[in-house]
Amino acid sequence: MSKDKSEYLINRKDNQYEVVIGLEVHAQVTSESKLFSTSSTKFGAEPNTQVSLVDAALPGMLPVINEFCVKQAIKTGIGLKAKINKRSVFDRKNYFYADLPQGYQISQFKDPIVGEGKVILDMPDGQKEVGIERLHLEQDAGKSIHDLDPKNTFVDLNRSGVALMEIVSKPDLRSPDEVNAYVKKLRSIMRYLGTCDGNMQEGSLRADVNVSVRKKGTKEFGTRCEIKNVNSIKFMQMAIEYEANRQVDLIEDGHSIDQETRLFDTKKNETRSMRSKEDAHDYRYFPDPDLLPLEVSDDFIEKLKSEIPELPDEKKKRFIEKFKLSPYEATILVSDNETSNYFENVIKKSDVKLATNWIIGELFAALNEKNLEIIESPISAGNLSKLINLIKDGTISGKIAKTVFEHMMEGDKDPKKIVEEKGLKQESDPKALEALIDKVIDDNREKATEYKSGKVKLFGFFVGQVMKVSGGKANPQLVNKILKKKL
Amino acid sequence: MSEITKQSLSELIKNIKDKKLSSTEVTKAFVERSEKSKKLNAYVTEDFSAAIDKAKKFDQNPNLDLKLPGIPMAVKDLFCTKNVKTTAGSKILNNFIPTYESTVTQNIWNEGAILLGKLNCDEFAMGSSNETSFFGCVQNPIDKDLVPGGSSGGSSSAVAAQLTPITIGTDTGGSIRQPASFTGIVGLKPTYGSCSRYGIVAFASSLDQAGPMAQNVRDCALLHEVISSYDEKDSTSIDFKRNNYVKELTNNIKGKKIGIPKEYRVDAMPKEIEDLWKKGIDYVKDCGAEIIDISLPHTNYALPTYYIVAPAEASSNLARYDGVKYGFRADGENLIDMYEKTRSEGFGAEVQRRIMIGTYVLSSGYYDAYYLKAQKVRKLIKNDFDEAYKKVDAILTPSTPSSAFKIGEKTNDPVSMYLNDIFTVPVNLAGLPGISIPAGHDAKGYPLGLQIIGKAFDEQNLLNIAYAMEEKINFKNKITDWWIK
Repeated sequence: MSKDKSEYLINRKDNQYEVVIGLEVHAQVTSESKLFSTSSTKFGAEPNTQVSLVDAALPGMLPVINEFCVKQAIKTGIGLKAKINKRSVFDRKNYFYADLPQGYQISQFKDPIVGEGKVILDMPDGQKEVGIERLHLEQDAGKSIHDLDPKNTFVDLNRSGVALMEIVSKPDLRSPDEVNAYVKKLRSIMRYLGTCDGNMQEGSLRADVNVSVRKKGTKEFGTRCEIKNVNSIKFMQMAIEYEANRQVDLIEDGHSIDQETRLFDTKKNETRSMRSKEDAHDYRYFPDPDLLPLEVSDDFIEKLKSEIPELPDEKKKRFIEKFKLSPYEATILVSDNETSNYFENVIKKSDVKLATNWIIGELFAALNEKNLEIIESPISAGNLSKLINLIKDGTISGKIAKTVFEHMMEGDKDPKKIVEEKGLKQESDPKALEALIDKVIDDNREKATEYKSGKVKLFGFFVGQVMKVSGGKANPQLVNKILKKKL
Repeated sequence: MSEITKQSLSELIKNIKDKKLSSTEVTKAFVERSEKSKKLNAYVTEDFSAAIDKAKKFDQNPNLDLKLPGIPMAVKDLFCTKNVKTTAGSKILNNFIPTYESTVTQNIWNEGAILLGKLNCDEFAMGSSNETSFFGCVQNPIDKDLVPGGSSGGSSSAVAAQLTPITIGTDTGGSIRQPASFTGIVGLKPTYGSCSRYGIVAFASSLDQAGPMAQNVRDCALLHEVISSYDEKDSTSIDFKRNNYVKELTNNIKGKKIGIPKEYRVDAMPKEIEDLWKKGIDYVKDCGAEIIDISLPHTNYALPTYYIVAPAEASSNLARYDGVKYGFRADGENLIDMYEKTRSEGFGAEVQRRIMIGTYVLSSGYYDAYYLKAQKVRKLIKNDFDEAYKKVDAILTPSTPSSAFKIGEKTNDPVSMYLNDIFTVPVNLAGLPGISIPAGHDAKGYPLGLQIIGKAFDEQNLLNIAYAMEEKINFKNKITDWWIK
């Protein structure tokens, strides 16, 4: 079966091991202010400039829930096709740390705002469904800075109290590639919804990765290790790779796996033990008495449902059905909202097939080279559409179009003007072409004779010569037609 | 006109409004008496000169439409007061000066009152005798070396000794009503959600409630009217229609049904308390109200439930006092060492005891057996009251199982200390309003209080019953000024 080929297995002697992965993704809620206070959440501000009395846990200060963050969490739940819990409870997770001013984090433990849902992954060998266990809202902690002073640790509370969504997957992932696809899909859904910007450099998206291994065909899960706070997809993949192999080696050597929390060292590319199960914190969760249970009505949820935009899965389906794109093309074009918007703007006035190829091919390559996002593209959707129309109506050849495209990348110029200014218009006048072709045949008499005596391969040579002489401007279809006649 | 400090709040307001007294005269009188009363140790922080300045400023352009025009007032040191040190009776906050004002005190200043200073209390309001304060015991003006009750002990002492015409305390398990009872004054614990908790140093969030302490019921009603408000900054604040408690105050309680819960006849209750309760029943009958025997079957479980719920919340609420951001810090080898030293040196023994109890009952493996079970029992206790209120309008009980005891008498026996709250604690667990009014004296001449428990949000009815009874009881507090001579 083809499925077996893409299975991610770790081989040792006679044994094959399957890797079981579950993710706890921490996604920062896109919101002007924090989960329980009115301080700003803007990234990059001077340390401790976005800290309210509540965030710094001064005596007598009380949390007040930010309704917008609740809406964002519910929207995300809808995007994950999940059950929205009309009643959820905020709990206190108690532990001491210098960047946790209250001495507890307000989180949701027993009754999260969002229950079970699912995410569909597009893998090379087909679709895969990954279960979502839950989504809950919680506060972020502040930041401890250990490297500014040899003896002291500095604390920045700007992040303290920022709203996070913790999205917990079921242990349904089986390979680093699936993890890659899962995180990207999750990010795509949240970006469509505007609930999380997914910016991993700024820490808006990070994950705790749970990894265990088991012999292929086994039903029970192995003992898992949790790799804390990994902040890029690449590191997640590297950490899983390392951790899975480490566990397999232990088992092969007759050891058992200790359930523990580990850290991924990105420089050494290895995971290291942080604390064992025995040392695990007892967080003493209990409902926060400063907050009443959070109750939302059906109307509230319905209203939010009506605000949900078309999401990647539905958009992909529409693109395939309406525009006859391949699943591969559709997957790429819907991967983020900006790309699909760009695509839909281009095809408003131009050929779908050509537009798809140009966006996925030339445009993506050029943007990649310049390290630009599609919204930063030097070529507007309108001008790309014009370029495609110039190809379609025969004004320029596909080859010339690439030259025009390069000029357009320098600055968003109208392709028609570039064609005119540079004299790149295609030669489609049969008479002019005939003259050109006659000359080429004259100049290559011997080859023409060889062709006529059966060396058909030489046809390409003649086409090439004609194109060369025309400076690439000759209409290739016409050249073919006339050459065939003349030869 | 009688001596200024002997006047009730209502008299003082009338005299200021009638321009017979200025705010400066009144403020100076209370400042002078407070200065002479340092032996009581009622104050943690005095703000006397600022108070006199504020009074002078008030007199320059007096706004006599306010409810507390130019009235000086000291408040419990659990309320955060902007630019005035707020300690919660603890070493760990000994250097803490808030940059903000609690909603309750802000409401008071908005009505024209003037801060005299901050009153002593048990550390983080954990205590029933004011003996756990880092700033030392408070003397009860009734007699030398007698506790004033707690945790609002500085408050009760200050009102009874007339160092402040009126004050506010906080009540988590009886901390307003028990000290009121011990000092012969009136103390009201409002319905949970009636007064904002914003800016009050938290002890147990689901139980804490601020309330007025006064010389009489009318004054109490007036201050309650000022402090009770809906506040968006407190998520547990409740937006209900508040009465004009003074305007609607009446001694006509004819036909009201008053419940007498049989479970409050606890074992070994002193005869004096039993007799006081009987007298109370007679007063109520005299007022034309009807007495109905009721049952609150889970009363016995209230105290153990309270001593699980309150320490659990406290253990978490007090985690923020870690030496990192503000307050006392002891140097340590590393972060953990600093935490341990700061909290061992910064918190007193009773606070540490409750943090440990609270941490224990929330620990995994014990949570279900203690905290979760306590929450279920709490619900049953509330249900008891709900059942009772189908038959009665209010409930009458003693405020405390005894009169005030001597300083040091119970410090080595925490359980006997906790038993002091046996009649007051169920009220907090059920979130109901309760008021203690002075109702008589024991053989030693120490005051005894009766408690009236009302329906949620029914403070008006509660105050009316207290007002009617007060008239019948005609209590006179025996204050000899022993500490001044």
